[in-house]
Amino acid sequence: MRIQVNGCWREVPSAALAAALGDLGYGDAVVTTAVNGEFVASEARARTLLAEGDRLEVLAPMQGG
Amino acid sequence: MLELYDTALTSRLLLGSARYPSPAVLTAAVRAARAQVVTVSLRRESAGERAGQGFWSLVRELGVRVLPNTAGCHSVKEAVTTAHMAREVFATPWIKLEVIGEDDTLQPDVFGLTEAARILCAEGFQVFPYTTEDLVVAERLLEAGCRVLMPWGAPIGSGRGLNNLYGLRALRAHFPGVPLIIDAGLGVPSHAAQALELGFDAVLINTAVAQAKDPVQMAAAFAQAVEAGAAACAAGPIEARDLASPSTPVIGTAFRG
Repeated sequence: MRIQVNGCWREVPSAALAAALGDLGYGDAVVTTAVNGEFVASEARARTLLAEGDRLEVLAPMQGG
Repeated sequence: MLELYDTALTSRLLLGSARYPSPAVLTAAVRAARAQVVTVSLRRESAGERAGQGFWSLVRELGVRVLPNTAGCHSVKEAVTTAHMAREVFATPWIKLEVIGEDDTLQPDVFGLTEAARILCAEGFQVFPYTTEDLVVAERLLEAGCRVLMPWGAPIGSGRGLNNLYGLRALRAHFPGVPLIIDAGLGVPSHAAQALELGFDAVLINTAVAQAKDPVQMAAAFAQAVEAGAAACAAGPIEARDLASPSTPVIGTAFRG
């Protein structure tokens, strides 16, 4: 299944968001996610299913003013 | 003592964490500023680089309270979603709410800001809105549930100081009990001292420290200026006047009469 991850097209084997994050190499990283512009809390990742063409945002802490 | 959403702070200097030459300089600057609150943000994380993980470790080691922002958001929807994401990652109800309305000045879209503030306050966020000195907007933000306001001094990163002194004085006078933090646009410590002398409760500095030739020394200078400004405000400055008033007593002056 092809989805957009942080703006780039990627192939992911898993449909569940939690598993897809593992596929993409995020593993145990401290990240927060949104699918198609909607926040998906970490506890909802296992039951959130991705679909072809979905836009996934994976964000992490960064410097800010 | 400064109180922001029931959190008591001894430092009136909040520091941004962006644009430092290195993580080590950021750490040293936070220490030199004696800052207790540091602003942070969220950005796309690359699974390969994992830059955010290292930064987050560094911030946790600083032992400061973090104030996540919604920098870069141009719509209510983006800002609200970013706030939700920030609350999860940073585990704080605090959010510095930015809804940018215009790219040349990065000035707030005050209409979107008030709408986003209303949504987030209702959801239990403790919102620090980045706003202008507009009194009516300030009133709307307080009605929305904000208990702290962050008016700009000048456009972000401009270093111009307090651009609209009259407007900022009016804001301070109109809301005597509301914590007001000057956010953005300050360039040198005297700008920060001036803000505190006028009765503002605190300042948030980023570019002026991070982009200084010596950020650590500049952080220390801002800390001194903020302390001086706060002490001066507490001491009750004299009113400025147009004409001279002799400081040496005139009674008994020699050679007169």
